[in-house]
Amino acid sequence: MEEKLTLFKNRKRFGIEKNIDIIFKNTALVLSSFVAIILLGIILVVFFQSFESFSRYGLKFLVTSEWNPVKDEYGAFTAIYGTLVTSFLSLLITIPLGVGTAIFITEDFVPKVFREIIGSFVELLAAIPSVVLGLWAIFVMEPFFRAFFVFLHNIFGWIPLFSTEPTGRNSLLAILILVVMLLPIVTSIARDSLNQVPKKLRNAAYGIGASRWKTIFSVILPAALSGIMAGVLLALGRAMGETMAVTMIIGNSNAFSWSLLSPGYTISSMLANQFGEADGSQVSSLFYAAFVLMILSLVVNIFAQWLVKKFSLKY
Amino acid sequence: MNSLYYQKRLSRNIGDKFFTSLSVICALIAILPLIFLVTYILIKGGSQITPELFTLEPNPPGDDLDAGGINPALIGTLIITTIASIIAIPVGVGGGIYLAEYSKGGPFSRFIRFGVNVLAGVPSIIAGVFIYALIVSTKILFGSMYSGFAGGMALSILMLPTVIKTTDEGLKLVPNELRYASLGVGASMYTTILKVTLPSAFRSIATGVVLGIARAAGETAPLIFTALFSYYYITGFGDLFYEMGSLAVLIYNFALEPYDAQNKLAWAASFILVLSILSVNIFSRILAAFTEKTKRV
Repeated sequence: MEEKLTLFKNRKRFGIEKNIDIIFKNTALVLSSFVAIILLGIILVVFFQSFESFSRYGLKFLVTSEWNPVKDEYGAFTAIYGTLVTSFLSLLITIPLGVGTAIFITEDFVPKVFREIIGSFVELLAAIPSVVLGLWAIFVMEPFFRAFFVFLHNIFGWIPLFSTEPTGRNSLLAILILVVMLLPIVTSIARDSLNQVPKKLRNAAYGIGASRWKTIFSVILPAALSGIMAGVLLALGRAMGETMAVTMIIGNSNAFSWSLLSPGYTISSMLANQFGEADGSQVSSLFYAAFVLMILSLVVNIFAQWLVKKFSLKY
Repeated sequence: MNSLYYQKRLSRNIGDKFFTSLSVICALIAILPLIFLVTYILIKGGSQITPELFTLEPNPPGDDLDAGGINPALIGTLIITTIASIIAIPVGVGGGIYLAEYSKGGPFSRFIRFGVNVLAGVPSIIAGVFIYALIVSTKILFGSMYSGFAGGMALSILMLPTVIKTTDEGLKLVPNELRYASLGVGASMYTTILKVTLPSAFRSIATGVVLGIARAAGETAPLIFTALFSYYYITGFGDLFYEMGSLAVLIYNFALEPYDAQNKLAWAASFILVLSILSVNIFSRILAAFTEKTKRV
């Protein structure tokens, strides 16, 4: 009789515990779906807010560069062009530097201690807030490069890219500060993917008589390529969305110019500058620009993830 | 005739030397400016540090020679980051628990993991735009527009992917034997998670979360049109629903002022921000390296 009673009690306790278990599981489920809700929320909210501007200007918004709140005419070509140019050119500079540094860290040119110090130092730099980089760019980088820009203009002034007289802040400075921001990302991801290449491959290449750099170029880099590419794409996404450092140094001018030595605009710097004091259809146009930026970075990010999945190392 | 010996003039050896020096040059070009950058921020900012900095309000920009202090911005950063943590940590840890402990790799969990990566790649200013549309422009929070609370919510969106990812990965590293043992002695799933797996993954999760908080503390873009900026002391709970200053936005605003006094304040704020972020990073790195060593033994 007593035994039965305890059994009964145990069962009852078990029932409550079962309920708690179910509640716990479902809470976790709901919390994890928050990510999807927020992501969809961002896309939907930005899209619907930009609807007014979208229906008025359509795709013309993307190719005209008039931005005139007084006349109520909006086109974001200058900002879109600036976003693409600054991010791609900065990446063009960052890739060889970053991959070269990553090779330097993964090969045994200097003792391991030094390489580890350099590696963790580079990683630490990724933690510096971009607004601080912007401050540094304004007060240190701009005066430092001024003479060089004048020189560049005097020698290469006939090329449209360098055709304007450099006066203070410009797109080229934004590109350079983006390089400083992207270097830690590209270097650390490239280093990780180079480290993941199995030692067997290297030994085999050395064994058949390949020199060190023949091995790097023909065996190790191709094996690590997918990881490096994914890192580069992540960096590209970061460069497109980067706001503060670029806003502080690019000069924020909506006048379109081919020249890198003239002040420019990016979508994110336009948002940072105008969002606070915009009203009416300007807000909707800014949301439209934000939507364009979001689509750009979504495409780059999804492509990067697809690349990692498709070409991840299979040894 | 000496083919067994290293020959300097062989084209492959010359090529090797060339590329080796090229990679050394790359490393130098990459690292020297970075070293310069950090030392410059620390020296230039460190020289502006005074005791009054921590207690005074900033003076409105003007011809005043005295710029005041950064007390409201310092407190504001602490408050906004705390709000972001209070929102992001429970949601993120809970979501991570579901992904690591309950999901069986089906389409839902794959979609969520994919979403986490995508959300991590969303530009930080978009988070600000989203919160602006959702909270600031609708005045949904007791009629207040720009507020520290809205800023904290924008930052929490940026923290969320980091927290979920570190929880997910930290829990995945816990050996399955522990789970079997716990379930085997009759513990239910939630007891197993709360008493066994979460505690054993605690340190790696905590490290990741702290790094996420440190990153959020330096974010500016989501705050400039959600929390805006304020020159005045934060005096009470009600101030949460008004415009609130932060170190990051202070640096942005004052760097663009034409006055020297404000610029100096921006450097001082950068020093505090960079020093705290770097020390959190270095500390957690040392802690991680230390635990790894003790685990191996």
